[in-house]
Amino acid sequence: MKFSYFPGCTDHSTSYEYGRSTEAVFRALGGELVEIEDWNCCGAAATHSINRLLSLCLPARNISKAQSAQVGPLVVPCAGCFNMLKRTEYALKNDEAKRKEIEEIVGFRYDPSFEILALMDLIVNRIGTEKVRERVKRSLKGLKPACYYGCALVRHPKITQLDDPENPQYLDRLMKALGAEPIEWSYKVDCCGADLALTYGNVVKKLVGRIVSMAKEAGAQCIVTSCGLCQANLEMRQEVDLPIFYFTELMGVAFDVEGRDQWWKKHMISPKRLLESLGLA
Amino acid sequence: MESVVETVKTGTSFLEEAKRRSGEDLSLCYQCLKCTAGCPTAPFMDVRPNNLIRMIQMGRKEEVLGSSAIWLCVSCETCGTRCPNKIDIGVLMDALREMAIEEGIPAKERNIHLLHEAFVQSIKRGGRVHEATMLIDYKLRSRDFLTDLIPGMMLFLKGKIPLFPSFIKGREEIKRIFEKCEKK
Ligand code: SF4
Ligand code: SF4
Repeated sequence: MKFSYFPGCTDHSTSYEYGRSTEAVFRALGGELVEIEDWNCCGAAATHSINRLLSLCLPARNISKAQSAQVGPLVVPCAGCFNMLKRTEYALKNDEAKRKEIEEIVGFRYDPSFEILALMDLIVNRIGTEKVRERVKRSLKGLKPACYYGCALVRHPKITQLDDPENPQYLDRLMKALGAEPIEWSYKVDCCGADLALTYGNVVKKLVGRIVSMAKEAGAQCIVTSCGLCQANLEMRQEVDLPIFYFTELMGVAFDVEGRDQWWKKHMISPKRLLESLGLA
Repeated sequence: MESVVETVKTGTSFLEEAKRRSGEDLSLCYQCLKCTAGCPTAPFMDVRPNNLIRMIQMGRKEEVLGSSAIWLCVSCETCGTRCPNKIDIGVLMDALREMAIEEGIPAKERNIHLLHEAFVQSIKRGGRVHEATMLIDYKLRSRDFLTDLIPGMMLFLKGKIPLFPSFIKGREEIKRIFEKCEKK
């Protein structure tokens, strides 16, 4: 079970704990992640706001490198990076003139059979929740997370082709496989405000405030996410102290993998008290 | 009478241009407001997404390209996912920003544009984004030194913002890609 792997720029900065927990969990599942050699930034939303062609070509260089490495499908943990890579894939598959233009600029030939997968999709649907359940050493019984999908995983559905865009279930199914009891709520695909955090902190505060308070009102003890930017926004712009996990971190708790204290140290809102109260520290 | 013909004419050409660049069929909009109802940043925009479409149909180019709306859109794609006529305003917004930049219309939300510039320049320098230098670059461009200091400091103290950038080997390749894309 070998996969090509795109960590993304925040892997060594704001989502350090996402990267480490991804690697640990993947090892526990018996898989191997091979980092794309000399990968570059996916471009994020900033790039397509300024130069649309560039926003297709930056991810294409990564696709080109992953494709020629011939390790297997490309796996992307961060929902934001995944979205950018899929936008390029969509153009490569559906717009012949664009494909030729991108191929010429980046210098490669696109192989339409090459697959790009979100880590969550890979775990829930390829590896499967059954295999996940078998690997659980300590059930997350009693833990009530709100599963937050945000924008990038599920929208636009013609591009991401992942789950139901209004009421997605992948993450909920994964949490149930770990023994947790995800709550029902209606803000799972609402936007957190993304990079407006840096220019319009008050707007993001409002959007995040609503998401977090709705999760709390619905009885959640924490929120689970798969996006570096969502995690940072939810954790830093809220006022109620609800812990915000990456889904791989909760998998790591259930699988009882090593090194978890290093992840918790990176959190602005420590999840330790919550985990201790459930005997999961 | 002449002025009416004139208005219709300019109206049509801006509409056609916006359609061509975005690839979205903006004539299909029947003002159901579904886009605006779900848009997270609509309450902060000067023109709401559904009104923006109407204004494009009417050819009000300066107002559209000079609006705060085109910069406050965060590309969340809620509108595009829900529109009964499959109009993707998120994609349209990219095209409108591009037109505004080309025409030299100053961004009404200057700081948002400057942040995007700083981000993209950071990729151009090293192939990957380096938060610390990107943010300093943004602060220098915007001269807005006080906003958002606390969250930045929190990240720094958690050791989440490395001081030194990590450059990739293929910087020349990246430079070439940039040059080709900037020429077009
Ligand atoms: S959802 Fe579509 S049809 Fe309805 S107002 Fe918005 S753009 Fe027009
Ligand atoms: S893509 Fe832009 S316009 Fe559409 S809902 Fe999201 S923020 Fe609003």
